[in-house]
Amino acid sequence: MPYDEALERFEPVLGLETHVELGTVSKMFCGCSTTFGAPPNTHVCPICLALPGSLPVANVKAIESTIRIGLALNCSIAEWCRFARKNYFYPDMPKNYQISQYDEPLCTDGYLDVQVEGKTVRVEIERVHLEEDTGKSTHVGGATGRIQGADYSIVDYNRAGIPLVEIVTKPVEGTDRLAPEVAKAYVTELRELLRSLGVSDVRMEEGSLRCDVNVSLMPRGSSTWGTRTETKNVNSLRSVERSVRGEIERQAAILADGGRIIQETRHFHEDTGATTSGRSKEEAQDYRYFPEPDLVPIAPDPAWVATLKAELPELPSVRRARIQEEWGVSDLDMAAMHNAGAIGLVEATVAAGAPAADARKWWMGELARRANESGTALADLPITPGDVAKVTELVASGALNDKLARQVLEGVLAGEGTPEAVVEKRGLRIVNDEGELSAIIDQVLAGNADAADKVRSGKIAAVGALVGGVMKASRGKADAGRARELILEKLGVEG
Amino acid sequence: MSAITRDEVAHLARLSRLALDEGELDHFAAQLDQIVGAVARVAEVAAGDIPPSSHALPLTNVFRPDEVRPCLTPQQALSGAPAVEDDRFRVPRILGEEA
Repeated sequence: MPYDEALERFEPVLGLETHVELGTVSKMFCGCSTTFGAPPNTHVCPICLALPGSLPVANVKAIESTIRIGLALNCSIAEWCRFARKNYFYPDMPKNYQISQYDEPLCTDGYLDVQVEGKTVRVEIERVHLEEDTGKSTHVGGATGRIQGADYSIVDYNRAGIPLVEIVTKPVEGTDRLAPEVAKAYVTELRELLRSLGVSDVRMEEGSLRCDVNVSLMPRGSSTWGTRTETKNVNSLRSVERSVRGEIERQAAILADGGRIIQETRHFHEDTGATTSGRSKEEAQDYRYFPEPDLVPIAPDPAWVATLKAELPELPSVRRARIQEEWGVSDLDMAAMHNAGAIGLVEATVAAGAPAADARKWWMGELARRANESGTALADLPITPGDVAKVTELVASGALNDKLARQVLEGVLAGEGTPEAVVEKRGLRIVNDEGELSAIIDQVLAGNADAADKVRSGKIAAVGALVGGVMKASRGKADAGRARELILEKLGVEG
Repeated sequence: MSAITRDEVAHLARLSRLALDEGELDHFAAQLDQIVGAVARVAEVAAGDIPPSSHALPLTNVFRPDEVRPCLTPQQALSGAPAVEDDRFRVPRILGEEA
């Protein structure tokens, strides 16, 4: 069913579960390295392989990071809590259970404010808990490489036991047609928050930030929530938005036909934007949670928590407000910079010596355009804030004009080296040599006698064509202002 | 009184990917029932003033620093595996045809 029609008849309720791999150097319960991309089963030991007689011990840095995430999300920190065993029979954990937290999470009841179309939406946080990541299964046989239809699977346990934080929202109601945008804004803001805390590298493409999206619909006017589905494998910010939209349309079509939504896990397909049915969800009781006997309870010292709270860095929303004030930028421009991922880049460019307005102009203008053309994120362009600051400096000193500066940026993006190197190689410096400029002007005046006569007779406006001619003849390298002065001087006219 | 039903054993068997026949379902239901009954006797001695306990020692906050320790080699790690492929543990099909 088309999105607009779906929204006329139904109201969506959202829920987001985000898994974050913490950036600790060792695993959650053992000393194995967490480095991404190592050869299979080289980061494993008796503890993360669950060999008999081994015992886990919790990584204090992971506990600390989880508490800091909770504090940054305005949560209460538990005074006492335990790990729990989540029992299940997939071989992605060699123990046949995953150590997680169940009814005693480390952090509860917080919120994160996000901006959507100029409005603040408060997303309430249900819980933040700590668990261990699972191993990576590769399914062999079958047509799709998926678990369904596979003949067998092969498992690499390098990832098994990496500390994983799960952040769960309360059901988000009242987003109405903005549900997809709210979902995306939430994950975007959460990612920035986690990055500012330095607790994870939050790379969605490498799976260090993963998002499960819950969606249910209720008929307009009803206040009873419908059955929800949980969409997994949503691995980019754009996919978060698309998966919510797609699921609203899919569920609306079923409900409008008098059908019933099945509570199940669905898989998102990046290529088509559609979801397909996965396994039906186990009930919590099927996991037979019980307190983990191999790990003693956690009772964070209130003084420690207070110190962690006092030492939290400036959070992204606070930082944005400060920067907006300092730079004197409108709400609209600020939102545009935020959406383009340009704030940090502009800030770094300012730190490298550029005026804020110039830094913003290049990142949000020429560079945003080029990023858009090549389909890359602004931050992934092969140019540094230092390069951009250098270009603004060259423009400010009169060595470049905007047109030449664009060519310099193009050269840097093409891998021709630093801005200075590009200027040198391409010969882009403004013609400052009066003799050279004068010669070019004489040549242009000779070739445009009509325009020159008009200017002589007082039609000053006609000088534009002559300046244009000079710029063309110098291939953009002349200083247009100086050229205008010299032309008027030569024609004996007062500017 | 039987606390564990045949249906519950069948459900558990499905979660565990165990194929139990009709006779085994009855057999295990009775056995599990006895085990649960034995454990339930703890409740008879636990008076109201005894708080539920999950750990035998009154310890909290046993942590280790975030430091990398040596791992096993893949050869060591895989030495006990019944089947290996590409330095990975090879396991039987995870989901049956119905999934």
